[in-house]
Amino acid sequence: MSQSDTDFLQEVADSDYKYGFVTDIEADTVPKGLNEAVIRLISEKKEEPEWMLERRLKAFRHWLTLQEKDKYPRWAHIKYPDVDFQNISYYSAPNNKPKYESLDEVDPELLETFSKLGISLEEQKRLTGVAVDIVMDSVSVATTFSDQLAELGIIFCSFGEAVEKHPELIKKYMGSVVPYTDNFYACLNSAVFSDGSFCYIPKGVRCPMELSTYFRINEAGTGQFERTLIIAEEGSYVSYLEGCTAPMRDENQMHAAIVEIIAHKDAEVKYSTIQNWYPGNEEGKGGIYNFVTKRGICAGDNAKISWTQLETGSAITWKYPSVILKGDHSVGEFYSVAFTKGKQQADTGTKMIHLGKNTRSTIISKGISAGNSQNSYRGLVKVNAKAEGARNFSQCDSMLLGDRCGAHTFPYLEIENPTAQVEHEATTSKVGEDQIFYCNQRGIGEEEAIKLIVNGFCKDILAKLPMEFAIEAQKLLAIELEGSVG
Amino acid sequence: MLEIKDLHASIEDMQILKGLNLTVNPGEVHAIMGPNGSGKSTLASVLAGREDYEVTNGSISFMGEDLLEMEPDERALAGIFLAFQYPVELPGVSMSNFLKQAINAKREHLGQDPITAAEFMKLMKEKAELVHLNPDLKRRSVNEGFSGGEKKRNEIFQMALLEPQLAILDETDSGLDIDALRIVSDGVNQLRSADRGFVVITHYQRLLDYIVPDIVHVLLDGRIVRSGDKDLALQLEEKGYDWIKDDVLV
Ligand SMILES: Nc1ncnc2c1ncn2[C@@H]1O[C@H](COP(=O)(O)OP(=O)(O)OP(=O)(O)O)[C@@H](O)[C@H]1O
Ligand SMILES: [Mg+2]
Repeated sequence: MSQSDTDFLQEVADSDYKYGFVTDIEADTVPKGLNEAVIRLISEKKEEPEWMLERRLKAFRHWLTLQEKDKYPRWAHIKYPDVDFQNISYYSAPNNKPKYESLDEVDPELLETFSKLGISLEEQKRLTGVAVDIVMDSVSVATTFSDQLAELGIIFCSFGEAVEKHPELIKKYMGSVVPYTDNFYACLNSAVFSDGSFCYIPKGVRCPMELSTYFRINEAGTGQFERTLIIAEEGSYVSYLEGCTAPMRDENQMHAAIVEIIAHKDAEVKYSTIQNWYPGNEEGKGGIYNFVTKRGICAGDNAKISWTQLETGSAITWKYPSVILKGDHSVGEFYSVAFTKGKQQADTGTKMIHLGKNTRSTIISKGISAGNSQNSYRGLVKVNAKAEGARNFSQCDSMLLGDRCGAHTFPYLEIENPTAQVEHEATTSKVGEDQIFYCNQRGIGEEEAIKLIVNGFCKDILAKLPMEFAIEAQKLLAIELEGSVG
Repeated sequence: MLEIKDLHASIEDMQILKGLNLTVNPGEVHAIMGPNGSGKSTLASVLAGREDYEVTNGSISFMGEDLLEMEPDERALAGIFLAFQYPVELPGVSMSNFLKQAINAKREHLGQDPITAAEFMKLMKEKAELVHLNPDLKRRSVNEGFSGGEKKRNEIFQMALLEPQLAILDETDSGLDIDALRIVSDGVNQLRSADRGFVVITHYQRLLDYIVPDIVHVLLDGRIVRSGDKDLALQLEEKGYDWIKDDVLV
């Protein structure tokens, strides 16, 4: 990663939100508001089978019974204004749902958008060998490499396509890790989800490339309700990347996604995220609310799931990628860097639920707070009575840039088995004056010094990301740090 | 190149430097000795621009410029290097990133292109050999977990890389074993040149056997109270500081 450092600094142009532009594409938007008719309309537009509509309606009816108070995570260390659920449009798709053979057929303006984001498909295809399933607004508009993957029996497609072509898998697994009754936002998602990604790795197959999805919110006032489902059969392996940026809008946009991962016996799933939703302006106005439910289950013995994330965006983040360690000897990992500045609020962490014997989990969380932001780590380690020999190691480090921001750590332990070994370490540090002075004395300016120090602080986590992603992550962090200190 | 006149500096309203005068010309090596707490590190910090210290009176000019008007990084770019008495650890910041950035900051200041990877490797290797720096250290985080002596050696290594105009060594000899002392001194001696100045702060005459100073100063209670040739250091070694204190009082 070291060779990237020079670029990483050169790339740092300005601190304004770099990706704040809006694509002018004719969109097909359902009127604002939420009722049964809207749900039927969504399902109809997506040409869904009846059983899927039934699932949506079931979730919607449950949602209606939920209380106002359920909207708010009772414990999260965040504050936000009321969300008006009737003032959100629940479906938007770029016009003429395309089925492209090649990129030439794709709306040039869309391609332009991607190139502005620095994720030109051609480049991605040619240089990195990353299969890209792009979610533009709500519907997948381009899928690459699927033929190559298909030869191995790997399915990587939009969620909608999977509903159509692989209903047995969807019926079996959708909602099996995150049921619609899980929480307010998961329930809402289950009722109105737009689209997302689906990934299936057959028994014994090692997916030869990083699978990646770029999410993007593009319609003013459009709620985003993505759904991702990843199934790794026995002995398989996949590394999945999710990264997102959103255009600048002066209106709160809500993102309530669900990610479900199922790892069977001896399977391994690595899920990496760079989250960079628009955080709002200086007063914190107009940013994205990011309420995501991410959960994986190590269903079989020796299964492994790791979550690695860099969270820099959103006005409010509420997110706890979790692992249910059901299989014996299964492993759960959570590596996170959360950076907040301005008026951002992040409440993020993980839950490791140990059910099987000799299960192991590792949690390493690095929080960096600047400006007036609040950055909280919240993590639960639960060891079930039957989980003999479970082990957990948690480390939560916070770094403060300035003295108007806050860092908080809320570790929860529920240990029902006496053989459990649980270790927790937490540190909070201020970027030391003496560290900055030391850098200054070598000719390195203050802002560059802080970047170096912060990068050093998160290095272990960023190094867990796949190579290209790690470089992007570093650049993003540098851009975010620019002007955020003082 | 350096001219300090009547320098008064305080920290937290405590007056530490009380009218210090010092002139360093290019090519000269000045040794500063003095009891603990007399203000040696304070002088070094004020020269490097540490903000905790407030300069209440006096002036410092460096290569014709008003040093007190410059930020710490500007001073470094102008050619002032401080080898810290207590080098700071930068966890997770790799030596190579750190040094490359320092070198490139200087090159940018001089209007030069950034160093290429090949040049950088070569330079690192060459300078590391100069101070016999354990090659493993180059792959680690800056000073993190370095032994006391390794940290000191790392300071001289950085000095060699950055080739400053004026190097201030604050007790670089403390904590070095006998071999290291010689190696570090050799390193310094190789950097001695007609246009480079040194201010060497030390408690031990022994260092001055290796780095032979042009002038030795005694700093006492915030002032330079005596200056002489290297024999002054020998006298101090023998007699301590009391006789000077007595002299000053008289
Ligand atoms: N941050 C501080 N707050 C209060 N007093 C300080 C601070 N820093 C230094 N001092 C005081 O200033 C005086 C001079 O300290 P300085 O470090 O310059 O001494 P020194 O000559 O370098 O001593 P030594 O030989 O022990 O390194 C000491 O009395 C010290 O206690
Ligand atoms: Mg000192």
